[in-house]
Amino acid sequence: MVPTDLRYTKDHEWVRVEGDEATVGITAYAADQLGDIVFVELPDPGRALAQFATFGVVESVKAVSDLFAPLSGEVAAGNDKLAASPELVNSDPYGDGWMIRLRLADATETDGLLDAAAYDALIAEG
Amino acid sequence: MTETLDAGAHLSPLNARHEGLGARMIEFGGWLMPVQYSGILEEHRAVRERAGLFDLSHMGELFVEGEQAGDALAYALVTNPPTLAEGRAHYSMIVAPDGGVIDDLIVYRLGAQRYLVVANASNAQVVSDALAERLSGFRAVLDDRTLAMALCAVQGPRSVDIVSPITTVDFGALKYYAIAEGTVAGIPALVARTGYTGEDGFEVFVENDRADELWDALLAAGSSAGIVPVGLGARDTLRLEAGMPLYGNELDRSTNPFEAGQGRIVKLDKPGDFVGRGALEKVAADGPKRRLVGLVMQGRGIARHGYPVLSGERGTGVVTSGTQSPTLGKAIAMAYVAPGDAEPGTIVDVEIREQRVAAEVVGLPFYRRSA
Repeated sequence: MVPTDLRYTKDHEWVRVEGDEATVGITAYAADQLGDIVFVELPDPGRALAQFATFGVVESVKAVSDLFAPLSGEVAAGNDKLAASPELVNSDPYGDGWMIRLRLADATETDGLLDAAAYDALIAEG
Repeated sequence: MTETLDAGAHLSPLNARHEGLGARMIEFGGWLMPVQYSGILEEHRAVRERAGLFDLSHMGELFVEGEQAGDALAYALVTNPPTLAEGRAHYSMIVAPDGGVIDDLIVYRLGAQRYLVVANASNAQVVSDALAERLSGFRAVLDDRTLAMALCAVQGPRSVDIVSPITTVDFGALKYYAIAEGTVAGIPALVARTGYTGEDGFEVFVENDRADELWDALLAAGSSAGIVPVGLGARDTLRLEAGMPLYGNELDRSTNPFEAGQGRIVKLDKPGDFVGRGALEKVAADGPKRRLVGLVMQGRGIARHGYPVLSGERGTGVVTSGTQSPTLGKAIAMAYVAPGDAEPGTIVDVEIREQRVAAEVVGLPFYRRSA
């Protein structure tokens, strides 16, 4: 079971909404599928993101994957620790492996995201 | 001849072992093979520091035998196999008449009139067909035993400690790039001191029906030394650090051996004609139009296969392989660049997602084991 206090996307990102801000990362399932993550590229604070726009990349030893903004908003912060320690995405995907914080443009977009049960069902399908 | 692969991927004789170990499987060269077990980085480090066990049963095993086996191979390949002493091996290539690389190979001389040619899985059928054609007119026969033989490799600094107690082959006498017949764990085998990791190690060829037994014996023999099973993911990062080309990345039909930095293996002075001679003599005389180099990224980013390489405003080439080097802790890559940009120390740019990242041209390999 994935954490129940988060919302999810079909692209395997998670969102923790706190007021008008949200923290974004990739799920444990995504991190496991990618394998050992060796590089994360994140946007600078201040950049405006449309919902589902590409905001960065995560690279495992073998593959490059895009990161998609689950919600629209402005980047408030990126996780600077990932530059030196990208392996945090594998070891703590819902904690220290977070990617960005967003100042939300429209909090109601959250309603369109998957809840934990729906995301669990999605990854159970494979 | 090639339709055999269309019925679905071949299964390694060790497939049940991989399933039992929870390996993640991928299709590679027409075979379903393990890409990773515990994780690529952990497996990579195990090979550099201790030892890893690889299933390479997808590789092609082509035996060439007969009074003119050596002459036939000298005609078919760019190297001159009859110059090999019995029990020795060399790196070779088979090229098309235009000099383009069909595959890179290891040629082992097993006896006076008997050779083993090991081809990449993805090319095994093409190489087998080309050899069969090129052998015609020579008193030599080809026996393609790809689907009958299993291949396990033990690679890493502890390889000798692990394998020597369970083999009849004398490792004191078995030099690098040598092969001997013997037993491993009581199983009849060909044992070669070759590999694709940049470490010391062995490749053990056995019949399919003994593969499980060999795999179990090697894992057991290596357990106290910390051996781990290693998949194709780490095999790729290991060979890249060791500066070894991978067919499909650094080598293909549009590449000749000189461009790939392998001109030394092309024996233009050998007696007799060989397929590709005319084209390769011209490349040797004119010089290659591009060169394979190593790149170490200076800015943030990982150069990947297919990314453009620029020198100032001018396109100079393309990245063939790239990764974050687990051993060096830097992003490394191999690339083809114009000859004028190939000198070590040259600074070029790699275009990564529409941004330029500086990289320094370096000599290969990136990693060389301490003797």
